[in-house]
Amino acid sequence: MKVTHLSLTDFRNYQHAEVEFAAGPNLFVGSNGQGKTNLVESLVYLSTSGSHRTPVDTAMIRQDVGAAVIRCRVESEGRSVLLELQLNRSSANKAMLNRSASKPRELVRYLSTVLFAPEDLALVRGEPAVRRRFLDTVLIQRAPRLAGVLADYDRVLRQRNTLLKSARASGVRGSALSTLDVWDERLVALGSEIIDERSALIADLVDPVRDAYRAVAGGDHGPRLVPLLTVDGAQPDDDDASDVRAEAASGSTRDRFASAIAGLRSRELDRGVTLVGPHRDDVRFELNGLPAKGYASHGESWSFALALRLASAQLLRERSTTGDPVLILDDVFAELDQARRARLAASVQGYEQVLVTAAVFEDVPAALRTHTVRISAGTVVSQGDESQEWAPDEIVPSDVGASDE
Amino acid sequence: MYEGVVQDLIDELGRLPGVGPKSAQRIAFYILQTETYDPSHLADVLTTVRDKVRFCEICGNVTEQTTCSICRDPRRDQTLICVVEEAKDVVAIERTREFRGLYHVLGGAISPIQGVGPDQLRIRQLMTRLADATVSEIIIATNPNVEGEATAAYLSRLLQAMEVRVTRLASGLPVGGDLEYADEVTLGRAFEGRRLVG
Ligand SMILES: Nc1ncnc2c1ncn2[C@@H]1O[C@H](COP(=O)(O)OP(=O)(O)OP(=O)(O)O)[C@@H](O)[C@H]1O
Ligand SMILES: [Mg+2]
Ligand SMILES: [Zn+2]
Repeated sequence: MKVTHLSLTDFRNYQHAEVEFAAGPNLFVGSNGQGKTNLVESLVYLSTSGSHRTPVDTAMIRQDVGAAVIRCRVESEGRSVLLELQLNRSSANKAMLNRSASKPRELVRYLSTVLFAPEDLALVRGEPAVRRRFLDTVLIQRAPRLAGVLADYDRVLRQRNTLLKSARASGVRGSALSTLDVWDERLVALGSEIIDERSALIADLVDPVRDAYRAVAGGDHGPRLVPLLTVDGAQPDDDDASDVRAEAASGSTRDRFASAIAGLRSRELDRGVTLVGPHRDDVRFELNGLPAKGYASHGESWSFALALRLASAQLLRERSTTGDPVLILDDVFAELDQARRARLAASVQGYEQVLVTAAVFEDVPAALRTHTVRISAGTVVSQGDESQEWAPDEIVPSDVGASDE
Repeated sequence: MYEGVVQDLIDELGRLPGVGPKSAQRIAFYILQTETYDPSHLADVLTTVRDKVRFCEICGNVTEQTTCSICRDPRRDQTLICVVEEAKDVVAIERTREFRGLYHVLGGAISPIQGVGPDQLRIRQLMTRLADATVSEIIIATNPNVEGEATAAYLSRLLQAMEVRVTRLASGLPVGGDLEYADEVTLGRAFEGRRLVG
């Protein structure tokens, strides 16, 4: 699929902008803070019903204005749809699909994106929560039903934790706990499904990650993905115990989860929290038999993060009935050496559409510079095919930032 | 902020569930400005409703007498009890005209976050109704969300010991809608919960 037109009104630092997109590579250039990430963020929002930068929708509405509008035309398999979303400061957001009322969550099925961003380094170096979120995002893109399972699990977890806390506070364990068994049962049923789906996804990622890592890094460092399941004894959130390696467990996920919960009951009552389950799981990335986190170099970590994104794009592409996901490479070329830049460009070139942002034009390999849009202070300065001949310094007019004071 | 009693009205309306500040203001000005609208009728209903309406001693439904019209109706099937969370669910099921048995209104669902446990619901009263063995089936029709499911699971455990059939309403696709318009979360989960037919 591809985005053919985007119109932003009062979104972030854009008062109003109309942007034409080309099939294949689209490059957005401009100095720091001009609105490149803001522009692609609007597409990420449409495709995931949320921003990758902020959980607060109002942050995306232009300062001192009441509402922002994202209007986007998407073409897939020869069919064109118009997605419109209004983010409101003091009322519910509104969505339209081909000009008739829809729900914001419904828009996600018409646009699928895979975002590569500088923050992705945290996939390798960050906390387990970052990796869980990565897996869950891909899971939902592959099977939207799982959004409901994940939301229900979260809700059950909060109910159960509240019950554990109140039991601890009141000291009366017997009667206050008459419903704990019921919550355990829900937790195990929903949680096991999440554990199994994530494990299947990790297994599916193994080959594409190996291929993508080799393609980006130019060498085979034997990347591996090892699920760390708390129901099998792993303790990824516990720094002291990071070397505890779960043994290959036997029995169904449900049985293992249920017996883990049963074995921890008195500790959970002491602590007032749920100690095992997919909300505490992790996946360990390895290079050459060592954990990437804490061992891999900056460049290797970056390559791993890019390989994870490329691999998830590959999986989505394989299952898609609406064409390739739109790849968004936000500011990733600046971090890479020349050879890796060229190899990354080659890896994404086969996709129907690739959106690239960069502060420095020359950082982007020529192959991705066929359609260039210049961004300055929340305005589109120029667009078109001008890959060869301009000096990047000229693009910044002296009134930078004047439009949003 | 408006002056005196106008703001009082807006504040009072705004305390009602489902009425935000904007709606409260709109309703207040409708009452103030619409000449054909006589607010005294609403005022009368509001003052009498609390005095008159109570909860059925048997099933917990709303009624103006000690028991509700459904519990008093001898034509209703006395062997079936449909368990719901709220009185509004009784109205919804009655509209279907499919169900000819009796109801039991729990008054909510189990939710530790809201401080609601089994003791806060009318579960003991339900057990009392089962004592004389007239009832042969309990249909659990709590909401198909996390709290409703937990309540259903709790009830079915509790009822296991009794001589009574326990069933749960099937959840999934909203009826009357085209498959095409069901969102993928609902449709996907309906697939997971599919049953053998015939
Ligand atoms: N709601 C908003 N209203 C007005 N301006 C905003 C809003 N949100 C963000 N901005 C402005 O947008 C600018 C950031 O834009 P963006 O993140 O897109 O920059 P960028 O072009 O990607 O820069 P970089 O090259 O540094 O990544 C900041 O100057 C910020 O103040
Ligand atoms: Mg940026
Ligand atoms: Zn009654």
